[in-house]
Amino acid sequence: MKSYLNAIRAVIWKDLTAEWRTRENLSAMLVFALLVILIFNFALELDIQAQESLSAGVLWATFIFAGTIGLNRSLAVEKDRGCLDGLLLAPVDRSVIYFGKAIGNLIFMLLVEIIVLPVYSFLYQVPVFQPGFLLVVVLGSIGYVAVGTLLATMVIQARTRDILLPILLFPLSLPVIIAAVKASQGFLLMVPLTEISAWLNLLIVYDLIFTAAAFMVFDFVVEE
Amino acid sequence: MNEKPNLLTILDVVAGLMILVAAGLVFFYVPVEVMMGSVQKVFYFHVATAWVGMLGFLVAAIAGVVYLRKGNLLWDIAGNGAVEISLIFFLTAIVLGSIWARPIWNTWWTWEPRLTTAAIVELIYAAYLLLRQGVDDPERRARFSAIYAIFGFFSVPLTFISIRMLRTIHPVVIGSAEAASQGGFNMDSPMKLTFFFSLAAFTVFFADLLWHRIRLGQLRAEVDVLRIDSYSKGE
Amino acid sequence: MIQVKKLVKRFGPITVLRELDFEVRSGEFVALLGPNGAGKTTLLRILASLSKPTSGLVQVASCRLPEEAVAVRAHLGVVSHQPLLYGDLTAEENLSFYARLYDVERLRIGEVLDLVGLSSRKSDLVRVFSRGMQQRLAIGRSILHNPRILLMDEPHTGLDQEAGEILDSVLREIALAGRTVVMTSHDLVRAAELASRLDILSKGKIKASVATKDLNSADFVTFYRKALQGNGGSV
Repeated sequence: MKSYLNAIRAVIWKDLTAEWRTRENLSAMLVFALLVILIFNFALELDIQAQESLSAGVLWATFIFAGTIGLNRSLAVEKDRGCLDGLLLAPVDRSVIYFGKAIGNLIFMLLVEIIVLPVYSFLYQVPVFQPGFLLVVVLGSIGYVAVGTLLATMVIQARTRDILLPILLFPLSLPVIIAAVKASQGFLLMVPLTEISAWLNLLIVYDLIFTAAAFMVFDFVVEE
Repeated sequence: MNEKPNLLTILDVVAGLMILVAAGLVFFYVPVEVMMGSVQKVFYFHVATAWVGMLGFLVAAIAGVVYLRKGNLLWDIAGNGAVEISLIFFLTAIVLGSIWARPIWNTWWTWEPRLTTAAIVELIYAAYLLLRQGVDDPERRARFSAIYAIFGFFSVPLTFISIRMLRTIHPVVIGSAEAASQGGFNMDSPMKLTFFFSLAAFTVFFADLLWHRIRLGQLRAEVDVLRIDSYSKGE
Repeated sequence: MIQVKKLVKRFGPITVLRELDFEVRSGEFVALLGPNGAGKTTLLRILASLSKPTSGLVQVASCRLPEEAVAVRAHLGVVSHQPLLYGDLTAEENLSFYARLYDVERLRIGEVLDLVGLSSRKSDLVRVFSRGMQQRLAIGRSILHNPRILLMDEPHTGLDQEAGEILDSVLREIALAGRTVVMTSHDLVRAAELASRLDILSKGKIKASVATKDLNSADFVTFYRKALQGNGGSV
């Protein structure tokens, strides 16, 4: 067990170290996220009233798009120089690769979110820094990354590569997107907790089911 | 595997007959519904095709699980066939639904839960087929397809639930058609008979198409083997 | 150490390995030669537990593949023609990562860097290494955990004369450590210099096998050609 956790930590450490050196992935995700917010600003012409009800949607659309970029690039690294084989040759369970990459992806997504949220709050004066809202951000990101990591691992082994990931991922992650948007919106609009709890439950259920499912089938995705 | 099995021929005939009979029931037997008029008759085909559309997903998911456990490519052909056929059936269901909706609700489309979920399922089917296109190795393609079909199948109920919750808890804010209530009506006996017979007819039709599709897939696999063999003999 | 009996590997309709028999005793250095598409890389990947056999018996270090794959990996070192290294990490960080995966103590990293002559470059990013240096580091990575068996897939690919010679001297030092080595190669002469045995693989089967000490360098090419034409047998 100890070596299992050690191996997962090693994978995460490797991704963080490599990323910190160039910060390519992170900056790409960040710049893209800010551009998306900018586009929404003009596309939706958010006035004060619309802002409060639409912010949740705009933010989550941004996170989803930026997240997709992160997922693609994080797995593309393993395709480069044949590194995925290096991981597959290690005398550890395949799930180490899944959890290592998934947690790494989650960290990147959370980092982007932590930077985007204050920027958004500064631009639109929307109260995003409440524990409830932040909880939703975390739960939603977990669900998205859990399925996204599995699908991204598939996609790097396919011909059509990058564009295939959003096509595969978006329909499957709809429950997360819907629940995250509604729950976030609820917290922003100060809706009573009883009304939001259903959405939180849905998020938790999705996270549990799909993380477990992804972990169980990951072997099939990397074997030959 | 070369000869078309007798059972399949029988199934062809049965399926064809059942569809004809169903059509006959719908157009000549069942009475016109009082409130909605003739267009309501679309309902019998609409529900039947939608049911088959979902059935295909179930078949693909089960075929996926069996393939992952057994490794027999036949299950992959079955899953692929089920998705292809269901894609068409569901599309038919959506179109029929629109035809029904137009006179009743005065709109071609609403974002009500079932319709929206149907659209999403169509997109999952399309994504499944695109995924298959991108993978060359047959076994890898089969594995990926199986996993996607299973994941897709489990995500749909959650998606449906979340859309349902969406429409009841928070009304739509940015202008669109008001979430219409179901065009409900009571079914009396002739209607029930027609309804269930339609369901049965289309299910049999689906099974018939799937069987043909599986045979096609097997033939294609055989051709591939022959072609590869001829290349190596030519060396 | 390595036993392969009646190994078959198919990718869909394409059969790459046709009931292949192959055996390597402990301490032997076998060079696998053969034309492109013969199945050398496929065989190596199966031995490395990266690929599953379609049928047949595969036993490496007394572990059956694919059932005991995890156990086998601890005894295997693999060098591919891709370096399996992360460009954005330094040489030391790369080895450190693999050391953690293989549960190897940190001291070993310094040792290995010395063995492959890269201690002075340990803090440089792998991205800036020449191909030859990357391959040397790759060999270092493969022996980090002191495996009994070394599998190498055309390790000299893309190396110039000098880099090739440096690689050879590193390989000799390592091979002398009593490991069992299987190496695929296109370079007949170099393979014969390094290996104790040459096996010719063609169209999915071993066509010929000879101990290098039994063969004059003048006869290499003739031997190779004859093996590809018919059933060469052993000399």
